Amino acid sequence: MFDDVADLYQQVILDHCKHPRNFRELTPCTCSAQGRNPLCGDQLKLFLNLDGDKITEAAFVGSGCCISKASASLLTDAVKGKTRNEAGAMFELVRELVTKGKAEGDVGKLAVFAGVHKFPARVKCAILSWHALMAALKGEGQPVSTENEHN
Amino acid sequence: MNDSQKVDWSALRKDFPILNQQVHGQPLVYFDNAATSQKPRQVVQALVNYYERDNANVHRGLHELSNRATKAFEAARERAAKFINARQSDEIIWTRGTTEAINLVATAWGTKFIKAGDVILLTEMEHHSNIVPWQLLAQRTGAKLAFLPIIGDIGLLDLARLDEFLTDRVKLLSFVHISNALGTINPVVELCERARRKGITTFVDAAQSAGHRPLDVQEIGCDFLAVSGHKMCGPTGIGFLYGRMELLEQMPPYHGGGEMILTADYHKSTYKVPPHRFEAGTPDISGPIGLHAAMDYLDAIGRDMISEHDQQLGAYAYEKLMGLDKIRIFGPHVGRAGLVSFLLNDIHAHDVTELANQKGIALRGGHHCTQPLMRKLGVESTSRASFYFYNTTAEIDRLFDVLKEIQKFFGS
Repeated sequence: MFDDVADLYQQVILDHCKHPRNFRELTPCTCSAQGRNPLCGDQLKLFLNLDGDKITEAAFVGSGCCISKASASLLTDAVKGKTRNEAGAMFELVRELVTKGKAEGDVGKLAVFAGVHKFPARVKCAILSWHALMAALKGEGQPVSTENEHN
Repeated sequence: MNDSQKVDWSALRKDFPILNQQVHGQPLVYFDNAATSQKPRQVVQALVNYYERDNANVHRGLHELSNRATKAFEAARERAAKFINARQSDEIIWTRGTTEAINLVATAWGTKFIKAGDVILLTEMEHHSNIVPWQLLAQRTGAKLAFLPIIGDIGLLDLARLDEFLTDRVKLLSFVHISNALGTINPVVELCERARRKGITTFVDAAQSAGHRPLDVQEIGCDFLAVSGHKMCGPTGIGFLYGRMELLEQMPPYHGGGEMILTADYHKSTYKVPPHRFEAGTPDISGPIGLHAAMDYLDAIGRDMISEHDQQLGAYAYEKLMGLDKIRIFGPHVGRAGLVSFLLNDIHAHDVTELANQKGIALRGGHHCTQPLMRKLGVESTSRASFYFYNTTAEIDRLFDVLKEIQKFFGS
């Protein structure tokens, strides 16, 4: 029916978009950050709980397109149990993946986002929650945006 | 038979070669006309002719080409004056478009006439371009902004409350003629009349209306009106501001530079009279020339015909799309302009727009540069199909079918 976009809207993505995981506020939490996409008005808030250096829990709330919602949902699963440095390394891998279509490293389930690179306008959607993750870990109070994300 | 049915609309498509192409293996359906319209061959040819035969700087050369360029540049100004029935062509100032026209007035008129405590009255359906320049002015002067409310999803101005908002502190009423996000056609004559009775200056954002219906600034009774050329078959980067001469004469310059001075000294300069006072530097010359051809093109069809055809397409699309399950359509039920802004429940506007693109349909998905309005409606974004005279009901049928497929794809 929409064969050309099957790469973008993979079944896993459709599933996470319709049934986002960890879709709730975490209160209290160790840190949180907002992400905004000024292009489309999408916004989400990401919450993290850390035990020392390790992320023990991640959750999000907000609204956005299928890609941004699924990305946030998969992120909350993927970063659980990771250290700050490991999460930072994952951010770099995901960015490589969604802009180039492949990444030098194991991205696990996140591989479903490889198709995004064929749709340059959607890179911002896929990367929004990851920017929020980095901001939360850095403890930045200001909302982050994907304004300067180029592909 | 309506008058507009006498026009051979499909024959006009031949003037737009761009429409005759496949996108993702499907015939292109261009429904993003509120963002920018396509340009007919006649406009493209006018640009080619200018650059191949007459290109030179204006108002300063004494040679043949400069004379020709100047003549064409000023002829376009006269054409623009006629297009909106201004009293004189000197009331037309070339700008990059509506946005720059609003900034010009907010800066030049606003700085002189707006004081702390004054109120600038806007409406809740304004484009960012008719909000942010006034915010900047308010920050500079200590003035305040107020917003005339709209009524729910039907997106009509709450005119019953207008008098309550037209207080003695209001110095300016600036509003959109046709909403780019809702398709609402505002009662421009009535709004200007009610403001004028209270001595309030009026500004009409005609970005969405100028190429779609006849405009007569004397009948409207506005003080300022702004037009974007690229939404009415003209090139991008050119538009104009109409200002009543009495006001223009009192306004200080907007930008300083060549072309706008009468005399210049190291410490002080004197300025030309309008419109040249407001046109510093070498202007966009080909822009007005292309826009001239666009205005001729539109008037050869008849803007009254275009307006009738627009509203038929708008009404047809509204009726047709209402036949979909789980759709929310914004804007008035009747008397809408040629655009439909909608949401398919549960499916984000960006996903709808992306999938429609895969079927060759160009929609806009997003906040349409009306974030405050979206917030008021309680949504982040909508999908929008906006029409022009070259669009057909068959294309709207195609949109309907594709939207049905999209709903199926998302299992909605």
